[in-house]
Amino acid sequence: MRKGARRMSETVSSGLPAHAERHHVGHGPELRHHFEEAEQQHEASTLGMWVFLATEILFFGGLFTAYTIYRSFYLPGFEAGSRLLDVKAGAANTAVLIGSSFTMASAVHAAQTGKRKLLVTCLILTMILGCVFLGIKYTEYAEHWHEFQVPGLHWDSAATFFKNAPNGSVELFFCFYFFMTGLHAVHMIIGLGIMTVMLILSWRGRFAEKYFSPIEISGLYWHFVDIIWIFLFPLLYLIGGRYQ
Amino acid sequence: MNVTSSYQLCAAVYAFAGKWPNFPLKPPTASTTAASVDHLQFALTAITLFFTIGIFSTIFYFMVRYRRRSEDEIPAETQTSLPLELTWTIIPTLICAGLFVWASSLYFENSRPPNAAMEIFVIGKQWMWHLQHTEGPREIDELHVPVGVPVKLTMTSEDVIHDFFIPVFRIKKDVLPGRYSTIWFQATKIGTYHFFCAQYCGTDHSGMIGWVYVMSPSDYARWLNSNVNKETMAGGGQRLFTQFGCVTCHGPGGNGTGPSLQGIYGTQVTLRTGQNRTVDDAFIRQAIVNPNALPLANFAPIMPSFQGQVDEEQILQLIAYVKSLGPEESEMK
Amino acid sequence: MEAPPTSRVNYLNASYGVKSWLFTTDHKRIALLYLASITVMFFVGGIAATLMRFHLVQPEGALVQPDTYNKLFTIHGVVMVFFFLVPSIPATLGNFLVPMMIGARDLAFPRINLLSWYIYIVGAGFTLYAIMTGGVDTGWTFYTPFSSNYAHTQVIATALGVFITGFSSILTGLNFIVTIHKMRAPGLTWFRLPLFIWSMYATSVIFILGTPVIAITLFLLGLERLLHVGIFDPAIGGDPLLFQHLFWFYSHPAVYIMILPGMGVISELITAFSKKKIFGYTFVAFSSMAIAVLSFLVWGHHMFVTGQSVYAGLIFSVLSFMVAIPSAIKVFNWTATLYKGSISYQAPMLYALGFIGLFTMGGLTGLFLASLATDVHLNGTYFIVAHFHYIMVGGAVMAYLGGIHFWWPKITGKLYPDGWARLAAAIIFVGFNLTFFPQFVLGYLGMPRRYAVYPPEFQVLNVMSSAGASILAVGYLIPLIYLTWSIRYGPAASANPWGAKGLEWETPSPPPTENFEEIPIVTEEAYAYAEGRTAHV
Repeated sequence: MRKGARRMSETVSSGLPAHAERHHVGHGPELRHHFEEAEQQHEASTLGMWVFLATEILFFGGLFTAYTIYRSFYLPGFEAGSRLLDVKAGAANTAVLIGSSFTMASAVHAAQTGKRKLLVTCLILTMILGCVFLGIKYTEYAEHWHEFQVPGLHWDSAATFFKNAPNGSVELFFCFYFFMTGLHAVHMIIGLGIMTVMLILSWRGRFAEKYFSPIEISGLYWHFVDIIWIFLFPLLYLIGGRYQ
Repeated sequence: MNVTSSYQLCAAVYAFAGKWPNFPLKPPTASTTAASVDHLQFALTAITLFFTIGIFSTIFYFMVRYRRRSEDEIPAETQTSLPLELTWTIIPTLICAGLFVWASSLYFENSRPPNAAMEIFVIGKQWMWHLQHTEGPREIDELHVPVGVPVKLTMTSEDVIHDFFIPVFRIKKDVLPGRYSTIWFQATKIGTYHFFCAQYCGTDHSGMIGWVYVMSPSDYARWLNSNVNKETMAGGGQRLFTQFGCVTCHGPGGNGTGPSLQGIYGTQVTLRTGQNRTVDDAFIRQAIVNPNALPLANFAPIMPSFQGQVDEEQILQLIAYVKSLGPEESEMK
Repeated sequence: MEAPPTSRVNYLNASYGVKSWLFTTDHKRIALLYLASITVMFFVGGIAATLMRFHLVQPEGALVQPDTYNKLFTIHGVVMVFFFLVPSIPATLGNFLVPMMIGARDLAFPRINLLSWYIYIVGAGFTLYAIMTGGVDTGWTFYTPFSSNYAHTQVIATALGVFITGFSSILTGLNFIVTIHKMRAPGLTWFRLPLFIWSMYATSVIFILGTPVIAITLFLLGLERLLHVGIFDPAIGGDPLLFQHLFWFYSHPAVYIMILPGMGVISELITAFSKKKIFGYTFVAFSSMAIAVLSFLVWGHHMFVTGQSVYAGLIFSVLSFMVAIPSAIKVFNWTATLYKGSISYQAPMLYALGFIGLFTMGGLTGLFLASLATDVHLNGTYFIVAHFHYIMVGGAVMAYLGGIHFWWPKITGKLYPDGWARLAAAIIFVGFNLTFFPQFVLGYLGMPRRYAVYPPEFQVLNVMSSAGASILAVGYLIPLIYLTWSIRYGPAASANPWGAKGLEWETPSPPPTENFEEIPIVTEEAYAYAEGRTAHV
């Protein structure tokens, strides 16, 4: 029988129903009372985060689908647009994010093993790397603005980006570039907010071997945001035919 | 009440109601494909009524027969029956499969216009329909056609998505900006019938309606000739061809900067990317409004875009002109 | 014997004051917060419909200018779909009953539950703001390029309202999935779950996977409208049909969000009022999951006449036929459940029986639309309007009302007057059919939908439809009156006034805040009526 319907032997062994048996057994303040046991709460939180990440996949998925479809319609324009992106910045950002996922995983491990100082250090490093990512992104955006490559707001419709690429399709590419990386950046900022809360709670000693679930699920979120970037980087920066 | 008798009952009801002048249940059947669509509709109605009445009457019967007679009664359990479950899964599946095959083959048949179809061009714009005959006459919110002749409508929109719907022919198709959609019909009954816009398009969507006049061939010919506008579509296209300077690069005496259009319609050309494309209506339209998207091999990509300078009607006239210069319409359209 | 309810502490009287309601994390109170909000939105959407039907009694329009009419049908659609039907059963009955039916004390994430209600309110606020500052006239479908480049109304505010409310659905679905997986009482295996829970689970899967897509679609629409970047504008190479694909990828599964919970309610009502186990439990449970999965594969049937390829049409047509089969299986199983039952006709049962017949008809008229050849003629006409109203009003709303009546004693601890309820059910049934049956005929005759004015030959059927609508409106007002009355003046309800099976009936009416004194241990199948005398307290 799965955890969701707990083993009857556990509950009827003492002749008392589960709730009465466990109600006054010592548990930390973190156990919310609609849960019967800490294990149940932990599993519920983790499943909840995975379900949430599934929704995020569909959210970004819509954009990825639209991007793929337009890319197939307007390959020259999308390749031209892609070549106007700064691959070095993108690669640096990829390294930064992978690094931040490493520090995040270290933070989770630190929480699991009860090492408060290490946990705090790793969280701070993760946040620093996240800010570095956003900083690099900002410089890229500023450069595009400077070059009149921001659709709708600051776009040079007379520019000829590439011989075979109509201006409109390059503009479409940049629409997707800004939407997709912008949405990703918003998720990064939200992630930094979550990390700030986790940092404060960790500093206060809230997490230990017995209870580290928020760190774990924040880690899941952070890794997810990293993975989205792992897809964005090749799709936007690398497959523009620049390496033929 | 089995399905066959339901079907016959429905057909009879429809037919009877059709004769009752103030309460028709279906529009007049005025095209070659309308009757077959009606047959499918009858069958679907029969199936719907059969199951709806069947379920309702079974429920009603059970309600009465098994009504609760005392508060304490506990009915015996009825065992789930796998054969029963399979039966009422498989039979609906077979019915659906049959309907799918019938409907799809009818749809397939009806979607391909006959080769000898007479072409009329339709442009939807908020909130009116412009219709253009190749011989020249232009109509607004009216469509004159001869009976018994297949007619192909090539349609586009100037602005938002519209939909051209002729109930008596049982046809409709969305009319989109930036591309051509086609439908066809062959009218079988002389008369005057509605057409409607059937895709919401703004304030006067419900005003975007008109009349189809199906006339005898002789009446139609007389109507064509009486039309004041003597310029055919191709003639208009030729005029525009000169007016917009197309003749400079593409004309027979032109400087050869652009490909000669003689005989080009329906043939294949090669783009710089190596792709082959057929020169059809959509291709010509794209070449006029967005030539950079179709750079041809062997030609410098210097053709300017005419987007905003020509409207959809003029584009259709130019296409008609190019068609007039060349081979027959390609089968691949 | 049980102590009189007034002296017992329950979730309603456990704490008083506005703050105890606005900051509650009790799933039962949150369900009531939702109940109040969606009732308000139902009447907003209903007023729009009443005005529309009144306007349509005359071919040239009896009431408003075409611009206003266009805003009315848009508002009716947006409000009814996103702010009433989608949340109706899940957020009210689902929130209340999911923990109780599985023997839990609350949902997995009570604070997220409250958050989802606030998100709904904010989204509704934006939409009401849009309505009051000029309205929106794009149709609830927001087709481009009209909505992105041509409409002069509050498109962005409305799209923002819908976008925000979508997150409310996502959080509700997330909560239900985790709760059902992780918080079932001891002994409550998956195949002992009430079918209402199966249908909530299936609905939640669609919430999770579908809603984000409409969110991103409306987000793109808003950006295009603000920045004129042309994602959907053909003039710079955008594709208006891409919008339709993205829109319907959510909105088709959304209609199954609207009907699956109703089907779950019907399973509960049919079993309770015939005192019998459901016939074919496994088939009904799996059909809910099959519907949820198949619902994602059929969106193209809304686009048969857009010029999409014939082959795409064939694929979507065959899948659309397939998705009808699980619904048919349910209808047959419900009907078979009645066989040799002990059937009583209180109002909830009348609603359930009405549902079965009307849903059958609505579903079968879907076959006309899955059939490519007939859809060409019927698309964009009143036939479509009739089809979806048969399912959403004749189906989902009737199931909702049936469920509200069935669980009313549990939720409020009061009994409503069943005579009035049965009268209202009958009025609703008659009014509904008179409103929407003529629309099937109108559609086949060729009257397009979303028309503010129409050719005079369609008038008789329009007048019939409007007459029906006025009857339907009366029918909906009656429950509002007697249900509200019963809260104050109704007789007290016992724990199980219907003698029904289910964990929610094994706790007092209204339940205490923690739902159960002790978490029950489940030892029997669902709907185990025949296994012993039902505790009729």
